[in-house]
Amino acid sequence: MDNVIQLQKKLVDYKTSLFNEGILDDQFTQLQQLQDESNPDFVVEVVSLFFKDSERLFDELAKTLDQQNVDFNRLDAHVHQLKGSSSSIGAQRVQKVCILFRNYCEVRNIEECLKCLQQLKREYYFVKNKLETLFKLEKQIMEAGGTIPVQ
Amino acid sequence: MATATATAAEVYGTPSDEELHVLAVDDSYVDRKVIERLLKVSACKVTAVESGIRALQYLGLDGGKSSVDFDALKVNLIMTDYSMPGMTGYELLKKIKESSAFREIPVVIMSSENILTRIDRCLEEGAEDYIVKPVKLSDVRRLKEFIIKGELEENSKTRHQKRKQRDEDQPSSSSSSSSSSSSSSPTTSLSFLQLPAGDDASSSDPPSSPSSPLSQPELLLGSPSKRSKLLDRD
Repeated sequence: MDNVIQLQKKLVDYKTSLFNEGILDDQFTQLQQLQDESNPDFVVEVVSLFFKDSERLFDELAKTLDQQNVDFNRLDAHVHQLKGSSSSIGAQRVQKVCILFRNYCEVRNIEECLKCLQQLKREYYFVKNKLETLFKLEKQIMEAGGTIPVQ
Repeated sequence: MATATATAAEVYGTPSDEELHVLAVDDSYVDRKVIERLLKVSACKVTAVESGIRALQYLGLDGGKSSVDFDALKVNLIMTDYSMPGMTGYELLKKIKESSAFREIPVVIMSSENILTRIDRCLEEGAEDYIVKPVKLSDVRRLKEFIIKGELEENSKTRHQKRKQRDEDQPSSSSSSSSSSSSSSPTTSLSFLQLPAGDDASSSDPPSSPSSPLSQPELLLGSPSKRSKLLDRD
């Protein structure tokens, strides 16, 4: 049982740090509140959709930026989508980069847009890594017979 | 709106066990999944579609099918994203308000963008509310209360009218005809659009401080500007 308690503390501390560092925001908590016994994998499912969607969008963004004549409207539309989905799962830092990115789309600055895409990917893989660690911790707790501490 | 073969649910306005049926329209997979869960947790039936076209098809408004689709449960609320490829939420709103069969269905716009002119335009076109994304549980709860209240008032109005009609058709039954004019239902004087005061404090969720980067002054059903717009429209 000690193990479960230790793991639970680890999870709470880890989650708290993610919120404190602005990596996740309140929307993530909202999602967790929507999870229950009837839908025990809701958060993982939504986040997985986000991962899939984001990686698809990165490909689109790269392709669009690679064109001779960059279609900034198309670029903006893709970033808008990413902004929406990151906001919906509470990936705050990804969302912030999207906002910056859209500003550069508006002024049609290719260099800055390319930089934003790189920054976006960095933030994305960063939060992906954090979330996967979080989910692993939760799984460990469940497997040890414990329950996930409610925020 | 009720035809000869209409079900009781269609005549009386709400699905049998008071469960609202919401049609959610959003092109984002993530958002569709979230709104679906938000609504299910709030005990609503949900039909989630990915575009305005699909929404119109579901309602039977796309011109390709008969105008009333008996397979589709009566829809009590439509929640649509604003920015969608093809048909925007605004365009969908217009189409619904132009339709005699569906214009009474409340339509709510969801958008990540907090643009005043956009909000105004949507409200002017007949949207009940404009919710800045991400949509929260408290938003859905508030909406649900508002819709149910409206449905109850509609139902009591309808029942009152039916009773009146029946009484007028049968002048010989003396007891009912004299009482029909003295409105026994206290709610008939309230319009569907009457808004509860101070609704923004009604959420039972602990207030969560908005930590998203955008400042999101959410448009609340109880807000003065919204109320005056609706009253003008009426």
